[in-house]
Amino acid sequence: MGLLSTYSLRLARKRWRIRAFRKRRELRAVSARTDKIKPDDILVFSTLRNERVRLPYFLRYYRDMGVNHFLIVDNDSTDGSREYLAEQPDVSLWHSAHSYKRARFGVDWLNWLQIRYAHKHWILVVDPDEFFVYPFCDTRPLRALTDWLDASSIKSFSAMLLDMYPKGPIGAQPYREGQDPFEIANWFDSGNYMISRNRKYGNLWIQGGPRARAFFADAPERAPALNKIPLVKWHRDYAYVSSTHNLLPRGLNLVYDEWGGEKASGCLLHAKFLDTFAVKAEEEMQRRQHYANSHEYRAYKAALNDHPDLWCKWSEKYINWRQLEILGLMSKGNWA
Amino acid sequence: MSVGFVMLCHTALDRAAQVARHWAENGCPVVIHVDRRVRKRPYNKLVRDLSDVADVRFADRHACEWGTWGIVGATQSAATIMLRDFPQVRHVYLASGSCLPLRPVEELVAYLAERPRTDFIESVTTEDVGWTIGGLNIERFTLRFPFSWRRQRRLFDGYVRLQRLLRFKRRIPAGLEPHLGSQWWCLTRQTLSAILEDPERETYDTYFKKVWIPDESYFQTLVRLYSSNVESRPLTLSKFDFQGKPHIFYDDHLQLLRRSDCFVARKIWPHAGKLYRSFLSPDAATQTRAEPNPGKIDRLFSKAVERRTKGRPGLYMQSRFPNDNWENGKTAAPYSVFWGFADLFDNFEPWLGKVAGTRVHGHLFATDRVHYAGGETVYNGAMPDSPPMRDYNPKSFLVNLVWNTRGERQCFQFGPADVQKVGSFLASDPNAQISVISGAWAVPLFHSNRNFGEIRKEAARLQKIEAEHLNLLRSPWVKARVRVWTLADFVENPMEPLQVIVDEISPRALRRLTEAPRMADLTGFGQFLQNLRNQGMQPVLMGDFPTGDDPKPSANRRGRPYLVK
Repeated sequence: MGLLSTYSLRLARKRWRIRAFRKRRELRAVSARTDKIKPDDILVFSTLRNERVRLPYFLRYYRDMGVNHFLIVDNDSTDGSREYLAEQPDVSLWHSAHSYKRARFGVDWLNWLQIRYAHKHWILVVDPDEFFVYPFCDTRPLRALTDWLDASSIKSFSAMLLDMYPKGPIGAQPYREGQDPFEIANWFDSGNYMISRNRKYGNLWIQGGPRARAFFADAPERAPALNKIPLVKWHRDYAYVSSTHNLLPRGLNLVYDEWGGEKASGCLLHAKFLDTFAVKAEEEMQRRQHYANSHEYRAYKAALNDHPDLWCKWSEKYINWRQLEILGLMSKGNWA
Repeated sequence: MSVGFVMLCHTALDRAAQVARHWAENGCPVVIHVDRRVRKRPYNKLVRDLSDVADVRFADRHACEWGTWGIVGATQSAATIMLRDFPQVRHVYLASGSCLPLRPVEELVAYLAERPRTDFIESVTTEDVGWTIGGLNIERFTLRFPFSWRRQRRLFDGYVRLQRLLRFKRRIPAGLEPHLGSQWWCLTRQTLSAILEDPERETYDTYFKKVWIPDESYFQTLVRLYSSNVESRPLTLSKFDFQGKPHIFYDDHLQLLRRSDCFVARKIWPHAGKLYRSFLSPDAATQTRAEPNPGKIDRLFSKAVERRTKGRPGLYMQSRFPNDNWENGKTAAPYSVFWGFADLFDNFEPWLGKVAGTRVHGHLFATDRVHYAGGETVYNGAMPDSPPMRDYNPKSFLVNLVWNTRGERQCFQFGPADVQKVGSFLASDPNAQISVISGAWAVPLFHSNRNFGEIRKEAARLQKIEAEHLNLLRSPWVKARVRVWTLADFVENPMEPLQVIVDEISPRALRRLTEAPRMADLTGFGQFLQNLRNQGMQPVLMGDFPTGDDPKPSANRRGRPYLVK
């Protein structure tokens, strides 16, 4: 890593932060309860649009985990998401009717809120369909993990996106509000992930899983990235670059060991493939507000018309984090 | 006679108060030292909380930065108060604010009463320790450390390098033999007072103030001067990870801690309410009077350290992505690669599966699709059979396959007609057993019903690819187990090489091959090669097949003695 590229990354980071600063005007506070945030609180950041049916379980899941406050940007929902979130005592809500795409898929908005409210907090940046799983999550609250990370001088924690899907056609079982989505979508791919290194930012680039297998078998380079670093001890100088896939400064992306050992890591269980998916795919196709001309959604839609079953005989049924650790999808590292 | 506790606290003072109260109310006096960097308000609250407990004292507050003298100073003043105010105390136990007693106090008192002259302190000479961090062993005692390791790491490291360069050495005070050990000890009144009241103490203190991490060496060294009976182990169960940070105990360690039979454990997560509730409750009495036995916990934590430093061989994932040659196993298990065998033998795959009892795939790297065993379209771990996916990252494909099928040896066919990208990875992997019959690609061409011009072109292409592959396998850096035969040699005597390969795949079977795979008919093959030559293409890799002198392997084979049962 030469001096020049280090400096150019520094400039890039500054640029993202300035951009976030400019984009702050696109946010309008609906119910800002940020004065309730205490110095040690663990915060969840999220952007969403029309996710009303998922919200009750989402909030409950993270509240039970020990999250203290939610900071959410609502991108112009029309299904009552905003009204519902505004009522929640531990949610600070902002609204934006501006382009999701031009806010770099919400990253700019959240970067701003993180600069403003997340300094020196542990933050978890997740979508409403992402459910964080970490080692010992069944017996230890999230604070146990962040305390341990603090004690070990670790500032960022990796959690790969693990796409979960139902057996049978997507949408055969309707999702009820408040229901655990993994009662329906409880299968996943255990061992078809392709990993390479992003030399520029130093993060790993992981692709694969059911989406690559079913929708991108002929164009794997276009398959969505699954590497995520959602849990960070935030500093106001940091910035997410592309979704939560990587950040700057690039030391934060070094969530993997390069000398043979295993660092601790978790997973984000991705409850994307529920009956809401078809509707969502249709809507996103219309809005064209997603990454790379929504080619992902175009691929989904094309495939969804004829092959809606992601399940195969080698699909693995989800049990708990220990199963994921044994399969090598996540690791306890030296946390015992 | 009883035991007194000196507690060093800096965070989670409410938990420290809880433990101090527990000890004091069970007849053990407690002297608490709180780091001076703790703010006034929480400190005052702690004092208030414990104001109703008689046998608790508070020591003068020192700033305790890790690795510096402060901790020793704190221990000294607290211990002095303990010895002064509580004459009935025979053993002084040094604990931290995040310690938790695992067994009733009476058991500890009884245990120490049976050993009235024993000092429990880990104390090892510098030559014998392998656990120090940063490579500083004896240098802890011979260099100066004026900079903070936490806050001024560069200065710290730079100053160490400078002193090494200048060959600077401090003199160790006469009579001292440097010893290191865990910071947590339990000393008798006699030993401890001898250390504290030593006429030379001023000299020693001045010296140790500049030693690196004196809390792990001050008492550990001085105890050797006075103690008649050092038991070199701490009574406190405390485990360190590979960075020298203590492991933390949580609620889910409850059973493990119960069964450890240790007296005190550190460090406990302050929010581990279940641990505090269970071990501090008055009815926590255990039946055992056993010796401490932390074996299980040792294993748990040493496994954790091993996972962090070595990891699982052959695993590539989000938090383990080793640099080249740091993999500790490029793949998870041994596997076999067969080059040319399926061309020479008609039924090679089913035959091998039968004799070696393994999973035998077809050409995994074929251009049309991935030929998994049994013609599967999806394989273990939900691996698809799409060639673009495989070729997008062939290394991931292969390591995933081997990882997903751990416990079952994988064999697959490979050849010059396949996508070659994975070749160099195979060659560099010690788990790969690569067997090559060079020139075997000509056999299917020989049997094919294609125009000779086409055959010639194809032969030239395959021969070029195979020559490159063979060159690769001859590179000096090759780690795979490579065996190469020419087609001519192999046809001459196929059973012996096959036996060697099969023995290596299933070493325990140890039986002679009784059935050979069915070899393709090679009648006229020599002529075929000659025709290629006549057309201007030089087939060189298959060895020597004279025209007209067709090999008769079957006759040859029948004569082998090992076919007799």
